[in-house]
Amino acid sequence: MPELPFPLPPLPTAPQVVFIMIAVLAVIGSLTVVLARNLFHSALGLVAAFFGAAGVYIVAEAEFIGVSQVLVYVGAISTLITFAIMLTRGMMFGATSPRNRQSGTAAIITALTFVVLVALMRGIPWPQAGEPITDGQAIIAGLGFAFVNQYVIPFLLLAMLLLVALAGAIMLARDRK
Amino acid sequence: MVPLTWYLILAAFMFSSGLFAALGRRNAIAVLMGIELMLNAANINLIAFWRYGVTPTQNLDGQIFALFVIAVAAAEVAVGLALIISVYRNRRTVNLDDLDILKG
Repeated sequence: MPELPFPLPPLPTAPQVVFIMIAVLAVIGSLTVVLARNLFHSALGLVAAFFGAAGVYIVAEAEFIGVSQVLVYVGAISTLITFAIMLTRGMMFGATSPRNRQSGTAAIITALTFVVLVALMRGIPWPQAGEPITDGQAIIAGLGFAFVNQYVIPFLLLAMLLLVALAGAIMLARDRK
Repeated sequence: MVPLTWYLILAAFMFSSGLFAALGRRNAIAVLMGIELMLNAANINLIAFWRYGVTPTQNLDGQIFALFVIAVAAAEVAVGLALIISVYRNRRTVNLDDLDILKG
């Protein structure tokens, strides 16, 4: 076998293969959100991206966050967005471009942001592996404990914020006639 | 174990896609979708840094922040969509190129 001019990357382990598949799902979803001409296809891509993010949380052993992500984003937010698309339907299917006047500048800024972020993160010596988690239930118990002790004021404020925001949303969207 | 850089690159990609959707899409609902993508990217970073931090079983701040972000995002998208529906009812369009009455 001839000598390769560069060392081959090591074979991915099973969690890495799972992560790559999830990441491909999330990337395809994100690209669909950005590039689809039909807004409804964008919403479907958004669901794929949300599922990908939930998978990433589960690979990172944050199962509670993953389940919350599926419940809140996939269950509630996607439904809300789909309803809004159907309620504002009139403009959706024109022959016009899905991008606005400043999209050229936006593309340049976006590409620069991505390049700068990746370049920055490659220059930093990150830890190779996190500490192993042996007791997954202790994490969920700890989350519940933190929400009623250290973080009780933010938690109650968050409950108020949700109530006010949802009531305000109804006030904004209702028909005034 | 999955390297931390993979999480960060995925999050950077999702953030950049969301940024482009927020800046360059014509439809107001697509802009909201881009904002949701950016919030998700931030959440992926929070969870990744929680996992690779010191004593992840005791130090749960990353997960708690992620939960707060999810809840605030739910409130934000509800108000945003209500605003868009209100604008659509008044102007019959959600095309951002047409919504420029505040422009001097």
